Amino acid sequence: MTHKITDSSRRDFLKITGLAGGGLVLGLSLTGCSKPSALGAEGGQPVAWLKIDSENAITVLVDRSEMGQGVYTSLTQLLAEELEVSLDAIRVVAAPVNAVYVNALLGAQITGGSSSVRDGWEKLRKAGAQARMMLVQAAATHWDVDAAKLTVQGGYVVNGSKRLSYGALAENAAKLPVPTDVTLKAAKDFKLVGKPQKRIDTAAKVDGSALYGIDVKLPGMLHAALAQPPVLGGSLNRFDAKAAETMPGVKKVLATASGVVVVADHYWQARKALAAVKISWKAGPNASLSTEGIKAKLRAAASRPGRDVRKEGDATAAIKGAAKILSATYELPLLAHATLEPQNCTADVRQDSADIHVNTQTQQVAQGVVAAVAGLKPEQVFIHTTLLGGGFGRRLEVDYLTAAVEASKAMGKPVKVIWTREDDTTHDAYRPPAHDEVTGALDAQGNLVAWKLHLTGPSITARMFPAVVETAIDPFAVEAAQNYPYDVPNIAVTYNREEIGINVGYWRSVSHGLNCFVAESFMDELAHAAGKDPYAFRAALLGKQPRYKRVLDTAAEKAGWGKAPAGHFQGIALMEGYGTYMAQVAEVSVEGGALKIHRVTCAVDCGSVVNPNIVDQQIHGSILFGLTAALWGEITLAGGQVQQKNFDSYRLLRLPEAPPIDVHVIDSTEAPGGLGEPGTALIGPAVANAIFAATGKRLRALPIAKQKIVTI
Amino acid sequence: MTTIHVNGQALETNATPDTPLLWVLRDHLGLTGTKFGCGQALCGACTVHIDGNPTRSCQLPLGSVGDKAVTTIEGLSADRSHAVQKAWMELDVPQCGYCQSGQIMSASALLANNAKPTDAEIDAALAGNICRCGTYDRIRKAVHRAADLLQSAPANAAK
Repeated sequence: MTHKITDSSRRDFLKITGLAGGGLVLGLSLTGCSKPSALGAEGGQPVAWLKIDSENAITVLVDRSEMGQGVYTSLTQLLAEELEVSLDAIRVVAAPVNAVYVNALLGAQITGGSSSVRDGWEKLRKAGAQARMMLVQAAATHWDVDAAKLTVQGGYVVNGSKRLSYGALAENAAKLPVPTDVTLKAAKDFKLVGKPQKRIDTAAKVDGSALYGIDVKLPGMLHAALAQPPVLGGSLNRFDAKAAETMPGVKKVLATASGVVVVADHYWQARKALAAVKISWKAGPNASLSTEGIKAKLRAAASRPGRDVRKEGDATAAIKGAAKILSATYELPLLAHATLEPQNCTADVRQDSADIHVNTQTQQVAQGVVAAVAGLKPEQVFIHTTLLGGGFGRRLEVDYLTAAVEASKAMGKPVKVIWTREDDTTHDAYRPPAHDEVTGALDAQGNLVAWKLHLTGPSITARMFPAVVETAIDPFAVEAAQNYPYDVPNIAVTYNREEIGINVGYWRSVSHGLNCFVAESFMDELAHAAGKDPYAFRAALLGKQPRYKRVLDTAAEKAGWGKAPAGHFQGIALMEGYGTYMAQVAEVSVEGGALKIHRVTCAVDCGSVVNPNIVDQQIHGSILFGLTAALWGEITLAGGQVQQKNFDSYRLLRLPEAPPIDVHVIDSTEAPGGLGEPGTALIGPAVANAIFAATGKRLRALPIAKQKIVTI
Repeated sequence: MTTIHVNGQALETNATPDTPLLWVLRDHLGLTGTKFGCGQALCGACTVHIDGNPTRSCQLPLGSVGDKAVTTIEGLSADRSHAVQKAWMELDVPQCGYCQSGQIMSASALLANNAKPTDAEIDAALAGNICRCGTYDRIRKAVHRAADLLQSAPANAAK
């Protein structure tokens, strides 16, 4: 369905293990993995999908990180649907690291790529069904009746007037073979799936009891603050901690691979003492790196022909013979993730094992990196995933884990390291910048006959998963360009990888956010050049793309396309990403140069919906995330240092700035699409196209606030 | 030792007077519902009530708290029964949830002084609270809903 980081076409099988103390643990293992016998418990952590104990308590282990996108609820719904229990009967805990939890779409235990529901859609319903069938069989054996005569209801197996709880049956059920012949419910029979369900995690998030990484407290734990090289890619030269070491509460000042750490009894003591440490840094290779330098480097690299991403017909020849040729260059900035919970990690490293409490999106990588830093084997490292105060791709990085591990090892005690907001903004793995050149050709009737898109930028995957890009183009650099949907006879999409000296990272919607802005802005340019309505121009090119066409038509209809009130102007944009089709219409006015966004209309076809409540949340949130970036988002560099530090210089959208958003979900029984990200990529071009409609001025760079076309 | 009055209790702490109240609450008193987001009073995640007024605890030194009453999210109600919490649950406002303690403290302070705020008044009162997940639409609706709940059950207003 989407890009696999490794081939994971491994056959899976089910395995059952009894729990100490009785009960059922249902796990899924993969052939070829080292120790299926690890199922049941690992370092005190159960490894399974669900656990039913003899007291009838049902625990679901969710293998994806809850970062606001609602997986603790939506994934549990899938399992509960077939287990025939209500959500309020279930307790959710975060799964540990294990091969059983590999995300089949990404090849590792990763939360990202809007993949959680797509990956779990069949797997978790099947697990729920298998558990139910085993519980029913255990009851059938107990009553000596045919299992087909029994029904289930609310956590009980029912036999006429008699009933047995799942808890009472769990121990015997666990001894049965796992059924392989499983028929999943038809969509029309769903009781939970597809219906709005309240989130499982809301109560804990309104009374302060929800546990994020930053809230972890372990017995004897010390607190630490970290200083990192101000120039990205720099390193520690030397430090003088004499003054700091005698300050109240300070336990130790130590050098780590990422900088200098002060460990103290309390965090504020560590922060104060860190300010008293005299540190000299080596700037390293980026001492003169600047935003202008990066732009120039990408511009120069764009003169190379690049590698073919997609080639149909002969775009070069078609352009030569065209009635009208249009070319443009688009440049997009670096962006920070700015999770509201700053990066932090709590490590308890011992001689022979380590417990890491962390808000990670990448448990296996975290385990491996901690093991390497601590000098342990991966299986000696236990990752305890907390709630995440935002993820957005930032916590696919493991840079914020290592200092805690080093400090804990040095102290022989648990240590929590918390980054400041300034650390967080200045030491991110930023969304890559882009320099993209695009050409379109129209015939005498204004038909689009050629589309040529030439992308240039650094590769995230080359650093994160180098094996993937050894021979192939980074699949996370060409999204929304490779799958350009319009029916154009001559298409040439090319990609140039050009590194810029600093780490770039996966940022909500990844390259969709870059490429969709370019493609959908330029489609708008072409429509105007052809003298056609931007909606009609697109719609005419979607004859072979019914799912695209339907969301485009729906967004246009619901937004009242072409019927905006006097002084209001509309912009439209369309994309598929993560198996989800989406169109947005932004309605804006520009009065006295001031931009106001009055309304955003979003039509989405995300296939089968698991939880409409969460769909609505994710669409609202993803659009506002993209709008923040389009309006204000830019990380700039001078002398290799990031110039934005906190929310005064890296501005995030606030309540008064949030426009109303209308969401229209298309009914569908197709396989589910991902939903966390498409909205983020589409709002930029929808707003930019609306601004063109209002002003006649084209935005070919972001953020909007800096382009001197409108004021915000 | 310094004594401060938090959630109706007199609590002692050995934190130094320059320590921001945020870190006293989180590290010394174990009240981690109040969040660290920016450290510069720019995001509102650390909002608590000081004598009923919404205040950024990251910028308030312990030494300046004095005898004033500090209320944190943990003290807003013992059982999520405050109208704002009820409305937040009814509308399923949180996504990641990290900013929500601060949002709820700002919203409850607003409603204590303004029983029927307009959209513009809600915008003004909560403009200092950033939500990176973009829950603003539900926040606005939930504040209105909480206002309705308070009007139908005025006893809650005292909380």
